[in-house]
Amino acid sequence: MTAPVLIFFVLAASSIVSSLLVILQRNVVHSAMALVATLFLMAIIFLTLEAPMVAALQILVYAGAIMVLFLFVIMLLNPLVSESRPMVWWFFGALAAMLLAIEFVALFLPVATESRALPEGFGSPGMLAQSLFTDFVLPFEIASIVLLVAIIGAVVLAKREI
Amino acid sequence: MIVDLGIIAAKAFFVVFLVLNFAGILGWIERKGSALVQDRIGANRASVFGFAGLGLVNTLIADPIKLFTKEDFIPLYGDRLLHTLAPCMAFFPPLVTFAVIPFGDVLILGDRVINLQAANVNIGILYIFAMASLGVYGVVVGAWASNNKFSLLGGVRGAAQMVSYEIAMGLSVIGALMVYGTLELQEIARAQGNLLWGWLPAWGFFLQPLGFIIFYTAAIAETRRIPFDLPEGESELIAGYHVEYSGAKFLMFFAGEFAEIVTVAGLTTTLFFGGWQIPYLMRDGFHFPGGATILLPHLGVVFLQVGGFLLKVLFLCWLQIMLRWSLPRFRYDQVMRLGWKILLPLALANVMVTALIIVALQNGTLKP
Repeated sequence: MTAPVLIFFVLAASSIVSSLLVILQRNVVHSAMALVATLFLMAIIFLTLEAPMVAALQILVYAGAIMVLFLFVIMLLNPLVSESRPMVWWFFGALAAMLLAIEFVALFLPVATESRALPEGFGSPGMLAQSLFTDFVLPFEIASIVLLVAIIGAVVLAKREI
Repeated sequence: MIVDLGIIAAKAFFVVFLVLNFAGILGWIERKGSALVQDRIGANRASVFGFAGLGLVNTLIADPIKLFTKEDFIPLYGDRLLHTLAPCMAFFPPLVTFAVIPFGDVLILGDRVINLQAANVNIGILYIFAMASLGVYGVVVGAWASNNKFSLLGGVRGAAQMVSYEIAMGLSVIGALMVYGTLELQEIARAQGNLLWGWLPAWGFFLQPLGFIIFYTAAIAETRRIPFDLPEGESELIAGYHVEYSGAKFLMFFAGEFAEIVTVAGLTTTLFFGGWQIPYLMRDGFHFPGGATILLPHLGVVFLQVGGFLLKVLFLCWLQIMLRWSLPRFRYDQVMRLGWKILLPLALANVMVTALIIVALQNGTLKP
């Protein structure tokens, strides 16, 4: 077993453990911190896949901003004991997760087995910006408009009396 | 192979050594400087055989011994695991952030060219923002794990404040990034060696004055010090998020704050004050605008550059500490208004104006 493969298995195993900790714990703050750890480990996996830009964005956006807001809400509401859900929901949740996993395997297994060389400058900020602003400029702009609408909607809902 | 690994290890050691020692010296500057500002003597309670060393014995020897030997107190209904992890989360980001900040140009030893930067990554400044965005966890988690309403209030304030100022801080450097046309900090530092109109160094401070002011303000808010120390706010919240911390864990919060100051100063130096550039110093010596030249050996140039970088960092650290002892604390609504209604629109306007000027000049970047 070569070093990169070994590193991958260590990272994959620890990210699976930490993502299990997200759903198997009673304490919501512990769950949130386990989710932060999972996101951090995924960023390191991106780094080993020669995608430093995606890794940085993963930490910056998810671990550094969105999870902080999660924690902020948890601390404001302080739900110390989360009520237990009926078994039925566990069943449907597990079923949906299974379906998603099967879809992923069917989708990615044929692609994952073939290997090719990375193009020059792969994963660099320049290349990402190039594809975002040329090939995918329409989806990119639509996504930003959707986000803007969401922000305005949140402000309108929160400040009803103004 | 072994030599390469050794060089990498030496650079990593140098950077960590630098940040930790700066943090120690800053502790002394903070205590002795505050005493000078407030017309006290200050930090004079410890001495070795009558030698107090202007308070150095007190801050560098007596204080750490005191903090390391104190009882480590964890509140009864606090969260033991997270209470212990939070100081580590506060200390980790400022230590690793410095890895991408270049402290010199290149050192040529024999046929080996050593880039004086611990890690050269092509995402450069994004790495810094990613790591800096993790700094909020030490505050939030420590506050929650203490099971104390004052510390929880401090943690909530800290989370809101740090997330808000991150946006202004990120937007304020975009102008500088557009001017230099790269995300790599070593390239940014190199580009600042050019001269404008033949005499003015092309430092970010001259090209992006507004960007510098917004960045420095937002970065001070990120370090949670006066005038932005609402998460601590001792007149309202006792000591805010670290009210339940004692001993070595408190020392980690304390040293983490100083390490953040050093990192902010290093980043500001690199982006706006030329990094390791000394005006008119090229790779072979000084070339003054009038035509006079002083040639220097390679090692002398490298020592001058690293020394210049350290001096600039020390000056910006000192400026942050003096700001703390000169200004009063903002009210919380003032902090939020400054971040969202003043700094953020100013940063956006800075980006627009910079873009217009770059397009008007039609040369894209200021690279030669």
